[in-house]
Amino acid sequence: MSKSSTAETRYVDQFKQFSANGGKSAPAWLKELREDAIGRFENLGFPTTRDEEWRFTSVKDIVAQQYELATKRELPSLDVAAVAVSPGDSHRIILVNGKFVAGPAPESLPDGVAIHSLGRAFESHGELVRLHLAKYSCERENVFAALNAAFITDGVFVFVPPEIVLDRPIEIIYVSTSNRPMVCHPRCLVIAGRGAKAVIIENFTALEGSEYFTNAVSEVVLDANADIGLYRIQREATNAHHVATTQIYQSRDSRFALTTVAFGAALARHDIQVVLDGEGAECSLRGVYSIRGSQHTDHHTVIDHAKPHCNSFEHLNGVMDDSSRGVFNGRIIVRKGAQKTDAKQNNGNLLLTESARADSQPQLEIYADDVRCTHGATLGPLDQQSLFYLESRGIGEADAKRLLTYGFGAEVFTAVPDSALRERLNKLLKDHLGAANAK
Amino acid sequence: MENKVPMLEIENLHASVGGNAIIKGINLVVNEGEVHAIMGPNGSGKSTLALVLAGHPAYEVTEGSVRYDGQDLLELAPEERARKGVFLAFQYPVEIRGITNAYFLRFALNAIRAEQGIEELDTIDFLDVLKEKLEIIGWDESMMNRPVNDGFSGGEKKRNEILQMAILEPRLAVLDETDSGLDIDALKTVAAAVNKLRKPDNATIVVTHYQRMLNYIEPDFVHVLADGRIVKSGGKDLALELEEKGYDWLAPEVAAV
Ligand SMILES: Nc1ncnc2c1ncn2[C@@H]1O[C@H](COP(=O)(O)OP(=O)(O)OP(=O)(O)O)[C@@H](O)[C@H]1O
Ligand SMILES: [Mg+2]
Repeated sequence: MSKSSTAETRYVDQFKQFSANGGKSAPAWLKELREDAIGRFENLGFPTTRDEEWRFTSVKDIVAQQYELATKRELPSLDVAAVAVSPGDSHRIILVNGKFVAGPAPESLPDGVAIHSLGRAFESHGELVRLHLAKYSCERENVFAALNAAFITDGVFVFVPPEIVLDRPIEIIYVSTSNRPMVCHPRCLVIAGRGAKAVIIENFTALEGSEYFTNAVSEVVLDANADIGLYRIQREATNAHHVATTQIYQSRDSRFALTTVAFGAALARHDIQVVLDGEGAECSLRGVYSIRGSQHTDHHTVIDHAKPHCNSFEHLNGVMDDSSRGVFNGRIIVRKGAQKTDAKQNNGNLLLTESARADSQPQLEIYADDVRCTHGATLGPLDQQSLFYLESRGIGEADAKRLLTYGFGAEVFTAVPDSALRERLNKLLKDHLGAANAK
Repeated sequence: MENKVPMLEIENLHASVGGNAIIKGINLVVNEGEVHAIMGPNGSGKSTLALVLAGHPAYEVTEGSVRYDGQDLLELAPEERARKGVFLAFQYPVEIRGITNAYFLRFALNAIRAEQGIEELDTIDFLDVLKEKLEIIGWDESMMNRPVNDGFSGGEKKRNEILQMAILEPRLAVLDETDSGLDIDALKTVAAAVNKLRKPDNATIVVTHYQRMLNYIEPDFVHVLADGRIVKSGGKDLALELEEKGYDWLAPEVAAV
């Protein structure tokens, strides 16, 4: 820890500055939460590859860089339609460098639905926010989430009241615009009431390719029987760093489906943690990561079956080209008494070159006896029989390879229920791989 | 006498896989308009021959030649063979996950059309072609939005091969045990489709173990392959005879297999 102590000090200094300036006008409980968080950050310190959770992913480039804290709130000229993933009539929110700059008009929302900045929610939904904010993310162990919490000012707040079904998706566009090394800590809190239903898209993108660092945390809380579909598109600049935690808390009979796409960043680390804390809850995590050059992408998932009769399904496929490296660590915890748990996990790794690399680790911790847990991982190049099959139908080798690579990713999206979004994801993947081909 | 136009000329073909000689000197000429049946015991090399014709990279031709429309077939890449009209209905069709049948078929058809200098079909025009062909094999469109062969039953996979054949309209079709795994109704549909696709200037090689298929697709010639060689050739009656007596009576070397 001593080696990087200067880096931690830098962030603590930044925190002091922030507390005295931009962070000054917060409610007392939030100030306390932040103080707590920065303390934990300091205690934990940045991880090294000697930490079990960070064995395959080195954050030394992040630690070494002297990032400025993003403070400005401005709306750049942005072609929202080109960046957005959802149809034009969705409820859109734009965050620039972690700051809320635009959201849907309140009158466009059903009664009681709130989609606005987290800063505003401290006043409008103070008790609710206080009850849930930073209560689930494993800040105790997760140093980056703690760092994010220390800098909470605004961000996104979504509240869907009980029994309300949002028929249009909510899309949150996180844009990075900086042309110099800068860090931002975007924060998102989604609360779905009893039986509420919504589709949310988090879309991370960049205008300029600078060495910024995004340290994002999103929390989604589902009350009984709520239903949330979360899509997460990460297309950060290829020399940016992206560390994120998505924390899900599910009550009984709730349904949560996450679909992630990760194409960007020099270094990306995404922790996905789901707590199934009520009987009959169900979650699915689907994801495609497709990287090249010297990109490094790490997904760490934890599904915590805390109560009986819950199902979880997990399928992440990674495509590694050039000398990129993909890491997957999938932990499934079945707590004592969580009988009739049904957990499935699958991680596929397609290595397009000899120098591409993948590490895949399942981690099952099962403390109940009447459960069904299956996991599988594959790792290897394109299947020769499949390649020949396509070629035998007149498809040239390069096209056949691209098609199979695409299929390897698109397979994960097959179960995406919304056909418009599924097509959109397929197109993103196609374009991404097409760009690889043109290089 | 009509003029015979040779399409496929196989001469003294030897092929091996993983260093093992499998095809040990095959001679066969297929003329335009003909249907040839190839029968023979398990492991005799029928699929190997089919895969060599399609250009599978695992199979190495060690001797002999194959001419197709007067051209050296063996020097062409698999996709070039397909674009020139060679089609193999696989004994074991491959599952391609994540790619829908419709997308795959359009991609393949457009690759072949490009070779022939015909403009590519967009999704809408392709749908018209697809509908017409689906009718031939008695399928509806729902199968088209499923990933290629993924989760298909054995019979569905075979039918899908014939659908591909119907769409790509090959000049030389090699059907490797397309009848295996089909119930009698499906067999009739598939056979009717194959017959419907026959033209005076194309040809079909039917690899099968069963006379049943040949009741519907009537062969001009029947060949028996054993241990990598054609040990007997005859007319369609040979198939009946094989059905009755098996392969043992043919030659001592076959009996030894
Ligand atoms: N890729 C391969 N590697 C090793 N051996 C192979 C391979 N492909 C075929 N063989 C062998 O070659 C021989 C011929 O196989 P082939 O599949 O051509 O037979 P077949 O006549 O089609 O049999 P069947 O009627 O069972 O389909 C067999 O002994 C088989 O084990
Ligand atoms: Mg065979």
